[in-house]
Amino acid sequence: MSGATLFDKIWNAHAVADLGDGYALLHVDRHLLHDLGGGRAVMDIKEKGLALRNPGLTFATPDHAISSAPGRAGTSETGKRLLNDLRTLSHEYGVRLFDVGEPGQGIVHVIGPELGLSLPGALIVCGDSHTCTHGGMGALAFGIGSSEVTHVLATQCLIQRRPKRLRVSFEGARAAGVTPKDMILYLIGRIGAAGGTGYAVEYAGGAVRALELEGRLTLCNLSIELGAKMGMVAPDDTTFAYLAGRDFAPKAELWDEALAYWRRLPSDDDAVFDREERIDMAAVAPQITWGTSPEQVIAVSERIPDPAGIADPGKRRAAEAALAYMGLAPGTPIAGTRIEHVFIGSCTNSRLSDLRAAAAVAKRGKVAPHVRAWVVPGSETVKRQAEAEGLDRIFRAAGFDWREPGCSMCLAANGETVPRGERSVSTSNRNFVGRQGPGARTHLASPAMAAAAALAGAIADVRTFGG
Amino acid sequence: MDKFTQLKAIAAPLLRENVDTDIIVRIERLVGATFRNELGRYAFEAWRLRPDGTEDPDFVLNREPYRSAQILLALDNFGCGSSREGAVWALKQRGFRAVLAPSFGDIFFNNCYQNGVLPVIMPNSAVQALARQVEADPGRKLVTVDLVRQVVVAPDGGETAFAIDRLRREALLDGLDDIGLTLKRESEIAAFQAQDRARRRWIWAVETGR
Ligand code: SF4
Repeated sequence: MSGATLFDKIWNAHAVADLGDGYALLHVDRHLLHDLGGGRAVMDIKEKGLALRNPGLTFATPDHAISSAPGRAGTSETGKRLLNDLRTLSHEYGVRLFDVGEPGQGIVHVIGPELGLSLPGALIVCGDSHTCTHGGMGALAFGIGSSEVTHVLATQCLIQRRPKRLRVSFEGARAAGVTPKDMILYLIGRIGAAGGTGYAVEYAGGAVRALELEGRLTLCNLSIELGAKMGMVAPDDTTFAYLAGRDFAPKAELWDEALAYWRRLPSDDDAVFDREERIDMAAVAPQITWGTSPEQVIAVSERIPDPAGIADPGKRRAAEAALAYMGLAPGTPIAGTRIEHVFIGSCTNSRLSDLRAAAAVAKRGKVAPHVRAWVVPGSETVKRQAEAEGLDRIFRAAGFDWREPGCSMCLAANGETVPRGERSVSTSNRNFVGRQGPGARTHLASPAMAAAAALAGAIADVRTFGG
Repeated sequence: MDKFTQLKAIAAPLLRENVDTDIIVRIERLVGATFRNELGRYAFEAWRLRPDGTEDPDFVLNREPYRSAQILLALDNFGCGSSREGAVWALKQRGFRAVLAPSFGDIFFNNCYQNGVLPVIMPNSAVQALARQVEADPGRKLVTVDLVRQVVVAPDGGETAFAIDRLRREALLDGLDDIGLTLKRESEIAAFQAQDRARRRWIWAVETGR
């Protein structure tokens, strides 16, 4: 018999019951709630006359609906109500809340790892599709819908069908200017936004092993943009070093027990995957999206594709519609395209390492006069650490706005939007039609590329920029 | 949950790939939305409405008879992106009870079942063929989705069988929701947790604080 994959090991350890046909009732170790769904879920629980089964395994924080303006000044009435719902939930049901202004608050997918709540081998869910981010810790983590959130609160379990297994091996070394964001965007460009649908993805290979933990979170974050609900990286010494000493990570003899368990998690050498993909890192350059699906992506040195050259009729029509929406001309180099906005933030790229990379570029100039550039740290802790290092001063001196932690312009709540017809380079994960506001034109890129665009006032190649 | 057995209805061809849940319903319509039944009018608003707020007559769901369609024909990766269940609520409020596509976003796919909406996986060629028949005479060429027999019946009578997991099929036919099913397994959950507390103490330590 062949060995087991990382995915199989975690799935099997959480199967409370086999429901037949590949379905299982799975135990949930960590459940994260945010302001968009938290209050609503508890209302559902009340209406149905249910109780919270294990409130000690659920953790809450506001991120989506609060303003990122200084002092949270822009929070809408609805946003305030949603925050109050979370506070009520926390008081009534004993769910630990990380409230505005205190360490621990932040984007759910930033705080889980940062607090040591997200652990290798754990099964983690949240009513948000980017829960796949936590897979970077060696966890099995995925997004769920509101009904499923209610289900977890009431039963601490979920009914799921076992997905197939895909291993993506990134082999070779990262070239200069190439970040984890570029690796995952390149992969999505290669196999498509539906390329991972129905799979749990394990990212492997030398280039993944060489990544710091935060980079692994970025890689896993865009699994859902690949169509995969779950993405993961096997835990190793990098993971353990990151976790040691974090607030909610196991301590003392529990740490030793956990460590022994975690070391057995990586896929066995003879494990078989349903599918394998291999990416040669020599082919990966800094990426930028040109369309309205993350699969519509090219290297920043390339030209905007001409739909006429796309054989598949569905993809050709999609490309035509995307170029019309984005206001781009086929055949022209994408570098040099004028932009008006830059957003550095989101659960993809708002951690300390991302801000350091952006600041290293921001140091070299000033934000172009016609550009509004925002830096939104992913959590209160990231914000404080960045300030302790002086990153906020670098950004401010260069003309960036330094804001309060949350989702902000990634999803365009609280009027934090890109105006119709205007163009943004964003470090977030979705370039969908209207994602950053009705009519907004979004180009996805890495933090360094976004900072370079802010200074240049146009899409720029970070490798040659200001050199 | 609403039952689903058989549906004979107008089918609207929305033949695009990668239709994401942001397009199905915008986030600001969901933030704080208390009433799920108000979401129907916001379904696909970025495509249905022009920047000045008037309807775009070119968009399929703005045309008769598709305004009253209950079946949606779509292409690969329908419902990709955000986990928002509001996307399913908006579709359902708009009248849709079945979506026929070659593939779906995984989370959207699950959310459909939680709301009595049937997602049917059909080959691209079969969806396109249905769309061609429907477009020939949209008002009268109805499509039947039969969950009992697990077939889609085209206007010309041609049948395409589809697969669906037994668990999901039974829940839809009987209108059962997952929570009810799982609550019946309380003793199994309790047994699992009791064992797990000893096996993985490090997972459970958070319950008692840091
Ligand atoms: S930062 Fe964006 S993608 Fe991430 S959780 Fe917030 S809204 Fe979702």
